[in-house]
Amino acid sequence: MSKTSMDRRDVVVTGIGLVSCAGEGIAAHLEAFAAGRPKATDTERFAPYPVHPAPPLLLDGQIPKKSDQRQMEAWQRLGVYAAGLALDSAGVKQDAAFKAAMHLVVACGGGERDTAVDGAILTGLRDAADPGAYLNEHLQNDLRPTLFLAQLSNLLAGNIAIVHGVTGASRTFMGEEASGVDALRNAQSRIASGQIDTMLVGGSYSAERPDVLVVHEMGGYLRKGDYRPVFEREGEGEAGVILGSTAAFLMLEAAETAAAREATIFARLLPVESDRPRREAGSVGRSLSTLWGEAASKPDLVISGATGVKEITAEERAALDVLTPGTPITALGDLTGHSLEVTAPLGAALAAALISEGTAREITITTVGHRRGEGVIRLSALS
Amino acid sequence: MTNSSPPDSRNFRDSHGRPLVAVTGLGIVTSLGQGQVDNWTALTAGRSGIHSIARFSTDGLRTRIAGTVDFLDTDPLVAPALSQRFAEEAAEEAITQSGIGTKGNFPGALFIAVPPVEMEWPQRQSLAQASGQNGDITYSDLQRAASSRRFDAWHDLFIFATVADNIADRFGTKGSPISLSTACSSGATAIQLGVEAIRRGEMQAALCIGTDGSVNPESLIRFSLLSALSTQNDPPEGASKPFSKNRDGFVMGEGAAALVLENAEAARARGATILGYVLGCGEKGDGFHRTRSSPDGAPGIAAIRAALHDAGTEPDSIDTINAHGTSTPENDKMEALGCAAVFGERIRSLPISSNKSMIGHTLTAAGAIEAVISLLTVTHGRIPPTINYAVPDPALSLDVVTSARDARVSRVLSNSFGFGGQNTCLVLGDEPA
Repeated sequence: MSKTSMDRRDVVVTGIGLVSCAGEGIAAHLEAFAAGRPKATDTERFAPYPVHPAPPLLLDGQIPKKSDQRQMEAWQRLGVYAAGLALDSAGVKQDAAFKAAMHLVVACGGGERDTAVDGAILTGLRDAADPGAYLNEHLQNDLRPTLFLAQLSNLLAGNIAIVHGVTGASRTFMGEEASGVDALRNAQSRIASGQIDTMLVGGSYSAERPDVLVVHEMGGYLRKGDYRPVFEREGEGEAGVILGSTAAFLMLEAAETAAAREATIFARLLPVESDRPRREAGSVGRSLSTLWGEAASKPDLVISGATGVKEITAEERAALDVLTPGTPITALGDLTGHSLEVTAPLGAALAAALISEGTAREITITTVGHRRGEGVIRLSALS
Repeated sequence: MTNSSPPDSRNFRDSHGRPLVAVTGLGIVTSLGQGQVDNWTALTAGRSGIHSIARFSTDGLRTRIAGTVDFLDTDPLVAPALSQRFAEEAAEEAITQSGIGTKGNFPGALFIAVPPVEMEWPQRQSLAQASGQNGDITYSDLQRAASSRRFDAWHDLFIFATVADNIADRFGTKGSPISLSTACSSGATAIQLGVEAIRRGEMQAALCIGTDGSVNPESLIRFSLLSALSTQNDPPEGASKPFSKNRDGFVMGEGAAALVLENAEAARARGATILGYVLGCGEKGDGFHRTRSSPDGAPGIAAIRAALHDAGTEPDSIDTINAHGTSTPENDKMEALGCAAVFGERIRSLPISSNKSMIGHTLTAAGAIEAVISLLTVTHGRIPPTINYAVPDPALSLDVVTSARDARVSRVLSNSFGFGGQNTCLVLGDEPA
């Protein structure tokens, strides 16, 4: 899609909310970046699959009502928590009118399960005389009615509206890695074009779910065993994704309105580039190169959202080595694990924090979806 | 339909100075049939597509009816595959009508509302069986079965982007497709995203789709557990009765709709027939409750007003309302309240109708399906009825259309409201405001 002169306003990041195995908040993630490796890897609980778990959180700090906490499952609590951190960071948490007018774009999946109920039903179905009737009876009797609200994708946005009062309107993008890139692309574009002044953008993902591990084991996408750096998984049997529980939100704002309310500006978000050419050998490298050019990317640091899936990770690395030789590359997976929809917002939020503290003046985030979709996201210092 | 020049034909801009967004192709699949002709005939005849569910055992269920689409099939019969199938049929019809691009080369982006995707019970059972576990089954057994590599094809089936990806491949849409959910207003949001992208000048055309093929045991039971569904199973066609005093819940439906949206100037330049315009889109969030609306109806009212404002028009210009009208006690009351607040006394004589009385609540697809029906209403000058309106709710002072009504319809307000505080409204019409 061609960009036009409609991209006329600068878009800046004025709030950051981060949660991952590194901890919560900006400082914890800057420390993780400096350390260059994940703070926590759990190889036991979901063996043979390692996961980078969510940190312990005092939920009351961002989700004061226990009833709200109970109405959500882990992925939603992480997201609502991170959204609250972003609002705090932007200095608008107490401004009810501001939040009531603010729009929201969320990138996420959904589909939380009650694994105990599922297991019991599957066990019972094996010998059930009438499987259909058995399934109906047990789903009706054993499913918690409110579990549905933890399964619906748009209920992360719904919970952010309820808990934080962000009620402009929300749109939820689904679709793994690409949805996070496109949430940023769409939000940036809406603000740049003058359609809207302020948006909260982000997503959350819980890796600590046996059911998502089934889905990603199908296709053989998961790494087994222990952590190994994303770009060092070339050996036989080494490749694959290590999932991480994360949440990331950014408050995006038109530069002029941010200045008017004297907001702290972390970084500028430039127009986001994404595409989904049909996957074939070489397509990832070609697509990244094209998007890199369209974004006019010239970073002094790259944050790669590489999954660790063998061929596409190698292609991405090779492409980056040509596109920006010598530029330091940090794999987000080495700090937080891979978290699908959250990859792009997480990378962008971390980049904004790094730019703000002077580690880099311009950072490019690359995302290569494990099945489809490539993205290039540029953030830069204001001047 | 109309090929006369819009009022501001010099630059094809709307009253806010943005590019006008024309509709040049429509496609629709519901339980009433496939395509505009079959659906329009059935809708205006007041025929119901609701029937007893044959797809799976309803033994022991409180609700045993739905508006499933049984004439299209997939293997395996799972929600994402069905949703894709419906979307393909609708998109094919819409793109063919619009005559845009060339086969497999749609010159614009894809915005598609799809139901959230999950692995379903037959697949879980297959994994459980393949695991060889004879004791209590856990997800570790399913993981072990998955690692046999026999089930690898199901990965793509049960991740969220696949439906959009396949549609993008088949029709050759450009760029990264957007799969979205705003619950029961998703179809309207897909249209809104397309409208906005064209207005911003990012593209000249957009393929906007809402699709839902998720009538399966667990989906139905989930809604049932929230007491959202009608339990008046007999007769099935009488269960969905929006705005009636004895309404008792919605009936799940399936289907899809597709709209080809184009920059009106570009559409005119290529000689396309303009079927109508998406004049305005409005939305407003509601933070009151996960499934219920604010008691004062303010967010719904704000969404309607935002759509009218976006269209650059006033309540008086609306000729009929295509209601969200789910047939739940809560929705219909709140929608009537909201419409009364916006339209004042006129709401008593402003024709309002709910397509859901005949096709059920098509959930993710509803906003798109009802936008297509709204445009057909404009084209034909005939408002489809709300069937089963035998016992009017005296608390709702509405002019509910009970049999197809002929009227000059220039502008339609189409409402969509959903769980999670989603409210999205569209203004569709024959001529720019």
